[in-house]
Amino acid sequence: MSHSHDHDSHSHGSTKSYIIGLILSILLTIVPFGMVMKGGFDETFVVIAIAILAVCQVLIQLILFMHLNLKTQEGRDSGSFVFFTAVILVLVIGGTLWIMYHLNLNLM
Amino acid sequence: MATDTMTNQHVAAHGGHDDHEHHDMTGTKMYAFWVYLMSDLIIFGSLFATYGVLHNGTAGGPGGKDIFELDFVLIETFLLLFSSFTYGLAVLAMHKDKVKQVIGWLVVTFACGAGFVGMEIYEFHHLILEGLGPDRSAFLSSFFALVGTHGLHVSFGLLWMAIMLIQLSTKGLTDMTRPRIMCLSLFWHFLDIVWICVFTFVYLMGAL
Repeated sequence: MSHSHDHDSHSHGSTKSYIIGLILSILLTIVPFGMVMKGGFDETFVVIAIAILAVCQVLIQLILFMHLNLKTQEGRDSGSFVFFTAVILVLVIGGTLWIMYHLNLNLM
Repeated sequence: MATDTMTNQHVAAHGGHDDHEHHDMTGTKMYAFWVYLMSDLIIFGSLFATYGVLHNGTAGGPGGKDIFELDFVLIETFLLLFSSFTYGLAVLAMHKDKVKQVIGWLVVTFACGAGFVGMEIYEFHHLILEGLGPDRSAFLSSFFALVGTHGLHVSFGLLWMAIMLIQLSTKGLTDMTRPRIMCLSLFWHFLDIVWICVFTFVYLMGAL
């Protein structure tokens, strides 16, 4: 029993990791909202900055809330699947935007 | 079914071969649930791509700048984020075998999730009353499709959570209810992650 308990606390996080996740997520939410609501920043800068902050928050929640890791076999299994899906998403979203943007230009 | 076998095993040969098998079963279930989540993510990805293509097609109607209320969205975001956190606490309580705590945190999670869905319904209702429904422009169609799909997911998550609350109070923490709580936890955190992309790429970038 103690064996499976060790394993559990390892792959399911602790109160501390959830609190760290919450605090980081709050920060990574307030900063982009603040940047857009206050205004006064360069638009391209804001777009890039909030996109990076969103990626950071997604990664933090994947690791601290969904316990994605590369240490356990289970983590590696679902991790590689998430990575594969990310590649598909880049193809689907990137490809769509690329093609439709140029189609739009050609039809102007 | 599994309950009886497991209690017997714990009494008789605890931590034996079958314990391993049970653990593998949960692992397989969780992996399968990841596969489902990722296929769901492809749906959201397609809707994001659609929104990305159509968000300038306002047909002379209002754009994101005119209709998005960021302070409202910020409250929605915090409700969902906080519910994601409280669900995590429910899972921790589950590993400590504290049924009452699990139920308590799930109720808090449910309340936050319901608040989120309520705010979204209010927002949609408000927009439709102003004549800015999904039929107004391509931008609003894709907006309602993307945000609405997320809202539907959260609603079904709430339904699932309500069922889990009933099962927990009648059956308690068994080998049947535990994997379900774990799968719902993945689902709930997943929806919060999708929402991060929604508020960043739809609301914040739309309001710029």
